[in-house]
Amino acid sequence: MNDNQTFDPVCPLPISEKNTVQLAHGGGGRLMQKLIQDVFVQAFHNPMLEPLHDGATWPVEKGTLAFTTDSYVVRPLFFPGGDIGSLAVNGTINDLAMCGAKPLYLSVGFILEEGLSMEVLQRVVNSMAEAARAAGVPIVTGDTKVVDRGKGDGIFINTSGVGLVPTGVRVLPTLIQSGDAILVSGDLGSHGVAVLSVREGLAFDGNIESDSAPLYDIVADLIDSGIELHCLRDLTRGGLASVLNELAVAAKVGMTVEEPAIPVNEPVRGACELLGLDPLYVANEGRFVAMVPASQAETALTVMRRHKVASLAAHIGVVTDRDPPMVVLRTVVGTHRILDLLSGEQLPRIC
Amino acid sequence: MKYVDEFRDRAVATALAERIKQTVCQPWTIMEVCGGQTHAIVRFGLDSLLPPNLTLVHGPGCPVCVTSVSLIDQAVCIASVPDVIFCSFGDMLRVPGSRGDLFGVKASGGDIRIIYSPLDALELARKNPDRKIVCFAVGFETTAPAWAMVVAQAKKAGITNFSLLIAHVLVPPAMEAILSSPQNRIQGFLAAGHVCTVMGYEEYETIAQTYRVPIVVTGFEPLDVLEGIAMLVSQLEGGRVGVENQYARSVSREGNRRARSIVSEVFEPAPRIWRGIGEISASGLRLKSAYRTYDAELKFQRELGQLAEAKEDPECQSGLVLQGLLKPPDCPAFGTRCTPEQPLGAPMVSGEGACAAYYRYRSHAKREI
Repeated sequence: MNDNQTFDPVCPLPISEKNTVQLAHGGGGRLMQKLIQDVFVQAFHNPMLEPLHDGATWPVEKGTLAFTTDSYVVRPLFFPGGDIGSLAVNGTINDLAMCGAKPLYLSVGFILEEGLSMEVLQRVVNSMAEAARAAGVPIVTGDTKVVDRGKGDGIFINTSGVGLVPTGVRVLPTLIQSGDAILVSGDLGSHGVAVLSVREGLAFDGNIESDSAPLYDIVADLIDSGIELHCLRDLTRGGLASVLNELAVAAKVGMTVEEPAIPVNEPVRGACELLGLDPLYVANEGRFVAMVPASQAETALTVMRRHKVASLAAHIGVVTDRDPPMVVLRTVVGTHRILDLLSGEQLPRIC
Repeated sequence: MKYVDEFRDRAVATALAERIKQTVCQPWTIMEVCGGQTHAIVRFGLDSLLPPNLTLVHGPGCPVCVTSVSLIDQAVCIASVPDVIFCSFGDMLRVPGSRGDLFGVKASGGDIRIIYSPLDALELARKNPDRKIVCFAVGFETTAPAWAMVVAQAKKAGITNFSLLIAHVLVPPAMEAILSSPQNRIQGFLAAGHVCTVMGYEEYETIAQTYRVPIVVTGFEPLDVLEGIAMLVSQLEGGRVGVENQYARSVSREGNRRARSIVSEVFEPAPRIWRGIGEISASGLRLKSAYRTYDAELKFQRELGQLAEAKEDPECQSGLVLQGLLKPPDCPAFGTRCTPEQPLGAPMVSGEGACAAYYRYRSHAKREI
């Protein structure tokens, strides 16, 4: 027996002192109850969560409900400008916002890997709580499972969200019309490059930070300003190019995008040039495109630019009447080419 | 962005295109050697700025594309050995051999790491003394100095759990193979700027004179390529033959002496099979005898000895594409039976492959932009 420990006949050992996640933390017993109370309820506390019932309940308001879900498996868990926790909150809030919905409530499901440090879990949970509070969207129900060591990657998080679409608001890909202006809410690629830089240990000049941010306030401001939002879409995996292709197909339209008008900041451009990546395909977590009537494009940009995260909002292109659908890029040298979907992940090149 | 935007200026591009149009009187067929140039041409639509009687043909300068099927099979075989950590640059992982690709090995549990620098692989060897670190050393003269340096460092540090599977190739022998072919129709070359940054361009002077073919060492930005073409057609129309240097901000005649010296310290020329083309003598690199212990082909002789003969997909015409005898969209399989998701050959998957460039930026569905 280790001389530094006093003999303690109680079995099991004082489990509350464990500093790593154990299988028992997901086992439904006392250890799990303690984890829920000490970590999750402490951080997320709100009147709808506190009964710790099987689900949260609330009276239904008038209007249309929006419901979405997303899972987060990012590695590393912490990166410049964010972490998996704030990402899981902002990402689901943004999916609701892109439906034109005011986010109301979130759920969270954790899949934790046995052996995960409690300190890491606490940091992630605190970050989620802070992001939820900042956005004014409470986490009202949740679930925890623990998987064997080696069967997970530290933490996987699923969040689902419910939102309310105000009466009269309809935001759908099928409403995109030929002639619509294509607006992007800010510079592209920071999130993907920030995560890549820490994951691969690459150092880039200029401190590239993730753009992870909640976007509902901007959407609300656009709606309140009378902008007729035909479609919104956040530019997550696959970046701008993939989103435009998805929307063009869904709306059966063409799109022409002006390469020089697309904002990409210098450090991100530099990193992408170096690695052979195209920033138009790199992931973002706090950027979206909006399709609005051309006559409202300037007003919409003014509204967007009032918000810090959209201060670089830009008018990048136009929806065209084209069948079959295709996204065409007018390059910096004035020629045209297809902006296509990628076939797989972007891979850094040899030379 | 500095050093990029000034080489993508629309007004200058238009002026250069106009200069080319004014210069060209006769039909000419020219080849850009490097896949990076091919991508610049297709990505920025530079060929649409050129007169119709000037034909651009895409060359063999994509290291991923020319790596032979048998070497891909060897990589797949070694990467499947349990205690191996197999390191590769990212764009090799999707290239199909006759026994699948490296992504397939990764999915089946193989430990495959994407590296960004050869030094990362040496670091892995230091940190994992109980594992065998094998690197897929792929590339032209551009990446050879980095691999040479790492091997020299490994030897100096006495690191033994480290080896290279070498697929290195050299540009000048490939250019000579193209020029010697009875089917050759190339009348001028844009030589690869980054290869010449390392090697200089003395050896191209001999090629230019022997085959009476003008060569312009050219960079990779849109204005570099357009200026290179302008210089090349000026030589062709003027009946001049010589080597000119468009990429003077990076390339000197003698190249990078230190880089050349470490390459010749560690490597020596060797015959190499080019995918779709066949064997070209002295067109590859192998480790010199003093460094031979770092050769993965020797270290894994037993495993590799059991490999069945490598087979190229008979429908893939990448050999013709790589020699400039076939444009990707003219291949019957292009965009139908051969796509980046289901490639028949390497040029459809590599970031610098000509087929991939056309598929991604052009009318792969045979549509007008």
